[in-house]
Amino acid sequence: MDLRFTSDELAFRAEVRGFIAAALPEPLRTKAALGRPFSKDDVVAWTRILNAKGWAVPHWPVERGGTGWDPVRQYIFLDALQQSGAPQMLSFGVNMVGPVIIAFGNEAQKRRFLPRIANLDDWWCQGFSEPGAGSDLASLRTAARRDGGHYVVNGQKTWTTFAQHADWMFCLVRTDPAAKKQKGISFLLVDMRTPGITVRPIQTIDGGFEINEVFLDDVRVPVENLVGAENEGWDYAKFLLGNERTGIARVGQTKEWLRRIRRIAAQERDGEGTMLDNRRFRERLTAIEVELKALEMTLLRVVAGERKSERGKPDPVSSILKLKGSELQQATTELLLEVAGPHALPWQPQQEDGWNEPPIGPDWAATVAPSYFNHRKVSIYGGSNEIQRNIIAKAILGL
Amino acid sequence: MDFDLSEEQSLFKDVIGRLLAGHYAFAQRDTYARSETGWSREVWSRLAEMGLLALSFDAAHGGSGGGPVETMIAMEEFGRALALEPYLATVVLGAGLLRHCASAEQKSSLLPRVASGGLILAFAHTERQSRYDLHDVACRARRDGGAWILDGEKMVVLHGDSADVLLVTARTAGGRRDRGGIGLFAVDAGADGVTRRGYATQDGRRAAHVALANVRVDAVAALGDPEGALPVVERVVDEAMAALAAEAVGVMLALHAQTVDHLRTRRQFGAAIGSFQALQHRAADMYVAVEQARSMAMLATMMVAESDHLLRHRHIAAAKIQIGRSGRFVGQQAIQLHGGIGMTAECKAGHAFKRLTTIDTLFGDADHHLCRLAASGGLEPD
Ligand SMILES: Cc1cc2nc3c(=O)[nH]c(=O)nc-3n(C[C@H](O)[C@H](O)[C@H](O)COP(=O)(O)OP(=O)(O)OC[C@H]3O[C@@H](n4cnc5c(N)ncnc54)[C@H](O)[C@@H]3O)c2cc1C
Repeated sequence: MDLRFTSDELAFRAEVRGFIAAALPEPLRTKAALGRPFSKDDVVAWTRILNAKGWAVPHWPVERGGTGWDPVRQYIFLDALQQSGAPQMLSFGVNMVGPVIIAFGNEAQKRRFLPRIANLDDWWCQGFSEPGAGSDLASLRTAARRDGGHYVVNGQKTWTTFAQHADWMFCLVRTDPAAKKQKGISFLLVDMRTPGITVRPIQTIDGGFEINEVFLDDVRVPVENLVGAENEGWDYAKFLLGNERTGIARVGQTKEWLRRIRRIAAQERDGEGTMLDNRRFRERLTAIEVELKALEMTLLRVVAGERKSERGKPDPVSSILKLKGSELQQATTELLLEVAGPHALPWQPQQEDGWNEPPIGPDWAATVAPSYFNHRKVSIYGGSNEIQRNIIAKAILGL
Repeated sequence: MDFDLSEEQSLFKDVIGRLLAGHYAFAQRDTYARSETGWSREVWSRLAEMGLLALSFDAAHGGSGGGPVETMIAMEEFGRALALEPYLATVVLGAGLLRHCASAEQKSSLLPRVASGGLILAFAHTERQSRYDLHDVACRARRDGGAWILDGEKMVVLHGDSADVLLVTARTAGGRRDRGGIGLFAVDAGADGVTRRGYATQDGRRAAHVALANVRVDAVAALGDPEGALPVVERVVDEAMAALAAEAVGVMLALHAQTVDHLRTRRQFGAAIGSFQALQHRAADMYVAVEQARSMAMLATMMVAESDHLLRHRHIAAAKIQIGRSGRFVGQQAIQLHGGIGMTAECKAGHAFKRLTTIDTLFGDADHHLCRLAASGGLEPD
């Protein structure tokens, strides 16, 4: 047992931090400092900067653009990225459909799609959930019927994040209506410009627009866009969902948020002193830091174990990362809301929406309440926290 | 001891409930929220007709002889409907301040206009640095012959954008955080030197940032003792917290019912999700939280009339703590149990969650009151 990074690893971390500090464009740095959401253009710009450096898809195989770093270096990189406040890579491409294509796609699909994912030339969205199929994803009903060289797709997807930006959607569709639940499902890549696709935005409780309904009405998808074998899509979906284990905890991001809270609390008045002088507040902040450290150590145990075991195999321990990671993100947004106090109350549209009036109250306060509201989602999506507990109870505890 | 409503009070509750049910379908609420005032004049005049805007006034000012229990009943119904009208700002805070410290002359000039629905009031108190401390007042009022000149800024003035008269706290003597030397002034919202920037709040209501630059008001604008307004402000804020507690209970009751309904109707894995024990237990915990809040809202209501102001404040602060905690748990879990649909603006649950969040923040959140209460010796000091 050795809990320290080696001197090589420390040097690597310094190199990554140095690169990010130099390469992150000023406007993005400002947005991060104010807690403002990044636009599509921001994410694309930053992805291309990383891709030019060869760091956009470090976890992919070297022949597909990966860096060949071991899991500890992968972790160091991701942690530094999250702590820098830079935009997150678009998970739908680099962590979800990319690895599925690498593992199960054919050579033509790999050549066609992977470089465009790494450079964010194609924006991907995830068409899994449906109105009737959320936690019980396998009950999905969107159907694809074979018609010559095409599948004809009919149905509806929902909660589709950033479908409004998307060029492509990876989809679970039912190709064998007779088969039982998990059996007749296929994994299909759908060009969002195909006739018959309608995207309807759904406003979230924080006032933002990130999710959508996607209606598919006689959408013709060439059979070459089927990934792997017909009716085997459920296995690929399971691979995909269990795959993203280190990123989902967002430990680095929460660390950065806590630092931000500390900075703000040191300025905001409370009684004769500041919020940071308030003992109860300090204790709550510290309690989150302790839990976060525990999660980071758990995460490192998973990462170090990965170095030895078979890669890409879903591990039920990832449920711990999802469960605790999401709870800590929520606790952190909640704490900032309390620091803000009355300053959190004004609702202010974002600059992206063409709003250019001076802020009401301190400039950091505008996104505080929306962020608290919005982060209720992290315990719902990606397998809700109740579902994660079910997985732990069944798969780990054998109950 | 009797926790039940009298027959008359039950009737009163039904009448308000029916009125609001008729005007507060989800889409209608959205229309009010998007209108210029952010609430419905129509509903407001109906409330006036029912005597609700003069609930605790003397008969001489159009009052209907109601007390704290009637206010609790009304607030709970407003909460259920997520009503947007400026009842808290105008009737509980504004008229409350007038009732407790205005002269007979001031009362008879203003209260009947509130009662008839023709006058909207707002309480302009919070400042950039004050957080939740009622005695932290930097805004200044200085005498100029027989008049007063006011200078300063007030933030998050609830319904300050549609108010006709602002009730402004301002320092007439002493340092920023002294308990003495605070005055209360009735300022015409349209007076020279008053600038208001109205905006929507996170819970879909309205508020304003108010700047006062060299605002000149007559001597009669001073309400009560111009150097001793703090006890009245504290009393009225206690009353407002009791009213908010009742409103929060209404919000929670409706939200919990909606969530239980969802558990019954939403199906996954071939069964109603309410058949999963994990969710049954969560819904049961929510129920417990709502009932604890309801009990404390009743306690707060009883304490409104308490003459020992320390006793009154301790118990109402305790209620605010319970309301904050219950509200947070019930709000968060309601969203969680709804799943994706709970995250959407199209679902009422999110609006209730946001209102509960705002209620916790108004006049001090649970942790604020917990720290202050603990520092003052706890709820039951020897
Ligand atoms: C902001 C946001 C973005 C999203 N983005 C995407 C996307 O890009 N692509 C996509 O495909 N999907 C996306 N989703 C969908 C997400 O994966 C689903 O919301 C999630 O799977 C839950 O499904 P549901 O909403 O239907 O809730 P339900 O499954 O109806 O769940 C409702 C409640 O019941 C609980 N529950 C359900 N089953 C059980 C059980 N067996 N035991 C105990 N409790 C249970 C749940 O935990 C939840 O609390 C997104 C969701 C949100 C909120």
